[in-house]
Amino acid sequence: MNRRLFQRLHNGQSIDLSGIPLLSMDTFRESVLRSVSKNARIAALFGTPAGDDALRLYVVLANDSSGTLSAGAVDVADSYPALTTECPQAQWFEREIAEQWGVRPEGHPWLKPIRFHRSRRPGHDAWGRGNHEAIPPGVTDYFRVEGEEIHEVAVGPVHAGVIEPGHFRFQCRGEDVLHLEISLGYQHRGVERALTGGPNPRTPHYIETLAGDTSAGHMLAYAQIVEGLSGAHPTPRAHSLRAIALELERLANHTGDLGALAGDVGYLPTASYCGRIRGDFLNMTALICGNRFSRGLIRAGGVAYDLEDARAEALLTRLDAAQRDVTEAVELLWSSPSVMARFEGAGRLDEERCRELGLVGPAARASGIEQDVRVDFSTGIYSFVHVPVSAWPTGDVFARALVRWLEIRRSIEFIQGQLRSAPAGALRHEMNPMGPNRFVVSLVEGWRGEILHAAITDDAGRFAAYKVVDPSFHNWFGLAVAMRGQPISDFPLCNKSFNLSYCGHDL
Amino acid sequence: MINLLLARFRQKHRTIAFPKAEPTLPDRFQGVPEIDPARCAKECNACADACPVGAIQTNPLRLDMGRCLFCGACAEACPTGALSFSRDYALSARTREGLMVDGQTREKMQALDAHMLRIFGRSLKLRQVSAGGCNACEADCNVLSTVVFDLGRFGIQFVAGPRHADGLLITGPVTENMRLALEKTYEATPEPRFVIAVGACAISGGPYAGHPEAQDGAAASLPVDLYIPGCPTHPITILDGLLRLLARR
Repeated sequence: MNRRLFQRLHNGQSIDLSGIPLLSMDTFRESVLRSVSKNARIAALFGTPAGDDALRLYVVLANDSSGTLSAGAVDVADSYPALTTECPQAQWFEREIAEQWGVRPEGHPWLKPIRFHRSRRPGHDAWGRGNHEAIPPGVTDYFRVEGEEIHEVAVGPVHAGVIEPGHFRFQCRGEDVLHLEISLGYQHRGVERALTGGPNPRTPHYIETLAGDTSAGHMLAYAQIVEGLSGAHPTPRAHSLRAIALELERLANHTGDLGALAGDVGYLPTASYCGRIRGDFLNMTALICGNRFSRGLIRAGGVAYDLEDARAEALLTRLDAAQRDVTEAVELLWSSPSVMARFEGAGRLDEERCRELGLVGPAARASGIEQDVRVDFSTGIYSFVHVPVSAWPTGDVFARALVRWLEIRRSIEFIQGQLRSAPAGALRHEMNPMGPNRFVVSLVEGWRGEILHAAITDDAGRFAAYKVVDPSFHNWFGLAVAMRGQPISDFPLCNKSFNLSYCGHDL
Repeated sequence: MINLLLARFRQKHRTIAFPKAEPTLPDRFQGVPEIDPARCAKECNACADACPVGAIQTNPLRLDMGRCLFCGACAEACPTGALSFSRDYALSARTREGLMVDGQTREKMQALDAHMLRIFGRSLKLRQVSAGGCNACEADCNVLSTVVFDLGRFGIQFVAGPRHADGLLITGPVTENMRLALEKTYEATPEPRFVIAVGACAISGGPYAGHPEAQDGAAASLPVDLYIPGCPTHPITILDGLLRLLARR
């Protein structure tokens, strides 16, 4: 049914904007709900101004098991019936739409700002705030549990570690967390607004700093957008180098996370070794492009740096050494009863809840959901080389740690394979201008999970709208739910097992 | 237990010899820009046009490392090779003016004065505040505490709260939404205290310069005592800046 109503899309292929069906609210709503009930996910739901007083909502649905993407649109005025009431995974998107464009999703059970900024349509505010009224971050009503034995714990925005800012409000009975509410927005720097009207010389730098620990992932998503809009096809060599950068990014972060998880349960050997090995992976990226965070490596049309034979040989030698070190460091965890006792059963999130909330990435796979963009919506070299999906059913901190470890092993093997049989070809193509009035969606499996970028071009072929959905956008609520019933002292451990991005969420 | 000991043996001692020995940096690392005014073609504005953040002035040619993202677009655009990037990682300066590169010899960075050195020279506790940072500069601060850099051997440590800190190390362009929290953190830090701005964002706003959602760096609300450029700043560059501040280099 939905296939007839919504337009089928392919990852990274643009279509004419008129090809996205503009539906009535009833049909739009019914189609979204029916698709989600049949195992599709809301990968994106966003607004863009349509004329003076209307807002056009676009939905992008992803069906992981069939590998299909579809999109549809609907026009709304100042309010519309919220999807959240029947489809929980819409809840954060609808709060975002309300905040960005001043449109109220009526019936939303918890309609609050998520980033604390002004509406992008002056005069339209979902909470009726004036154009000059201050919008202090974190100042809002929080869900409260009342009772004599209940106490509230507020943490942040400035935290104890070297970490980004966010506010966490716990409702506790004794040590047990009854409810956690997460209030973000402190890192909001107006990136989506600034991307509109582009691309320009700053655009790649915005993209590479959307979440600076995911520069390769976001830059690859952006490159696919531009290539889809201008009809460019990078060479297999460029695809291979991009995938190496993406997997090195995954290796560095997963290794760092396993070290940090070990540190949070007081197991210092792995914490210490992994902290160092993480840097070894970052330095491998720097061997390719000079920068540990792959800045400047991936560009629309291909890559900016080559991996000559001698360099590839050096990379392989370093990778083999890191493989030995990380294997030894991580396997200490599984054979240490004191670590396992803290990992197992902590912060459990079952598969049903994960699907309801629309979680992505290692967090979803650790609850037994086999979804991975590299397999389900493969592009580039992943269309030719299969990376097995790493999943585990228990949904606890242990599962989120184990999935990372399985992914580390597979990423290393993938890069070794690429280095041993690197395809030939040019590094980068000259780009044609982007086509006017087109629509494109790009997905990449970043180390935190699914990165989605979507773009719409105007009459001149510039970005009329640019939407970014960092995996953290889907997963922050998952962390809040995973904390229910947990001792508050386990929060650092649970938090680290998700390790979500603040700036990638706040944009 | 035996595996644990074997692992400890095999993972070896990994702390780098820096600052006694020079670090090994990748051959494609982009450090201090080098300008050769003699080769700069007048009437040409190619480098400044290519710069995404307006870090370059021409006639005479001058590059602001506090704005620079070290992307190399200027060097690529320069038709005469007047502009290039060296592998010199020592980028830090005590003043904004000290971050300007114009082909003249840069002044040596000043350490803290004798009074401040007596207090902080052998024990410096820093509170890191991310105020709109992208988590790359933050990660490169974090990594200083690993065995590789072993920040503790210099008596420097990141601490959990401002009340036991001697100074703030700020990353990010200072978003409007973090301005108050940053100011409160500063107020909570006992005097004498100082402020270190790490990365293009904290120095000048970086890619977010001019955004109404941020304020173009830490100096708009606090007095900055040390600027450490980069995007993100390499950990060796941060460590070098801190050691120079403490007259250890």
